[in-house]
Amino acid sequence: MSYNLDFSVVVDRLPELLVACLATIGLAIAGMALATVIGVLGVLARRSRFKLLRGLVIGFVEAIRNTPFLVQIFFIFFALPQIGVRLNPTATAIIALALNGGAYAIEIIRGGVDSIPKGQVEAGKALGLHPAQIFRHIILKPALRAVYPSLTSQFIMLTLTTSVCTSIAAYELTSVAQKIEADTFRSFEVYFSITLLYLIISSLMMGVFALISRVSFSYPVK
Amino acid sequence: MATIGPNELYFLMQGLKWTLALTIIGFIGGGVFGLAVALARTSEAPFARRFTAGYIAIFQGTPLLMQLFVVYYGVALMGFNVDAWVAVAVAFTLHASAFLGEIWRGGIQAVPKGQTEAANALGLHYVSRMKDVVLPQALRISLPATIGFLVQLIKGTSLAAIVGFVELSRAGQIVSNQTFRPLTVFAIVGIIYFLICWPLSLWGASMERRLQTASR
Repeated sequence: MSYNLDFSVVVDRLPELLVACLATIGLAIAGMALATVIGVLGVLARRSRFKLLRGLVIGFVEAIRNTPFLVQIFFIFFALPQIGVRLNPTATAIIALALNGGAYAIEIIRGGVDSIPKGQVEAGKALGLHPAQIFRHIILKPALRAVYPSLTSQFIMLTLTTSVCTSIAAYELTSVAQKIEADTFRSFEVYFSITLLYLIISSLMMGVFALISRVSFSYPVK
Repeated sequence: MATIGPNELYFLMQGLKWTLALTIIGFIGGGVFGLAVALARTSEAPFARRFTAGYIAIFQGTPLLMQLFVVYYGVALMGFNVDAWVAVAVAFTLHASAFLGEIWRGGIQAVPKGQTEAANALGLHYVSRMKDVVLPQALRISLPATIGFLVQLIKGTSLAAIVGFVELSRAGQIVSNQTFRPLTVFAIVGIIYFLICWPLSLWGASMERRLQTASR
């Protein structure tokens, strides 16, 4: 039995796939933005005076980092309706991506914050800066600059993770691919092409991240 | 609603067995090929360097789920009539070889150049220079990252569930469909993953600290 590769099914439905690419990028960007917010808030909570709050953040980070995203997304998908929140799969996927990315962001940003020399903070105090000003200008900004490479490579991973959101039937590239596969039975052709699309998406994102770094982190500091 | 009894737990344990088996196969197979990738990536032949750089970039730039799909259907397409678990194991091996190759490449390049030069001066040839001088130090440096990737791989095997392979996560889905208790089931599944991954994460973190103090 010989099998003839036929990529015409992919070409025929390329418009559909390109729109799905945009959905994937949208999911990724929403996840990254919320993850950054969770990351900064988590680092703040991790530095708070309240032991319970610190413990909660540590527990959250460890729980997320040591369980698969697939299990997390299923858990959230079934847990939300139980507490009376009914969301569509896409919104659920964004929450799951934000929580997952947020846990890693907390850990990465914390590493950057820890790398800020104590003398900097003391200098800020000596200048009479408000604690919020110290956190924002002396701790957070340089810390984010220091961890930018690892934070963005984590975000690339988050972008690739969006493909798992197909398991709850969220609208993104992989779920559209599965639909096309079910219509055409051209499994290999479809998934091979989708893999290339993901490669393009992640390369594009890497390019954008490098551009952002060049524009906003170039010296002299703006 | 059905309850979750010993039968359901036993079914989950059967799934866990496959999760562990896939992880071990992927890690060992990935380790062997990964070493080859790392050596080629740091070799003196430009072609080998560029080829492995591309190999690594492809695996790091695409979702693991897609790699599973492509290998799963690709193996069948190439005319190999193999069990699902073989196809999935091949996919994890390829995935792991790219990531471990990149981790160990970093380790090899972190070994001070003087070590290679000293080995050359002593007249050691390539094999013994690598085996006795460079690699032991490189692997030590990259051990925390290697453990980190092992955790990543354990979690990654859950994606085999989407291809339909019954490991721990898929077993969880099946039990959840039978008992209509998704929250309890996925909490149990999550705790099982956590109990496997957490000690490894702690071990990796403590080793990283120890290496940092050693190098200070």
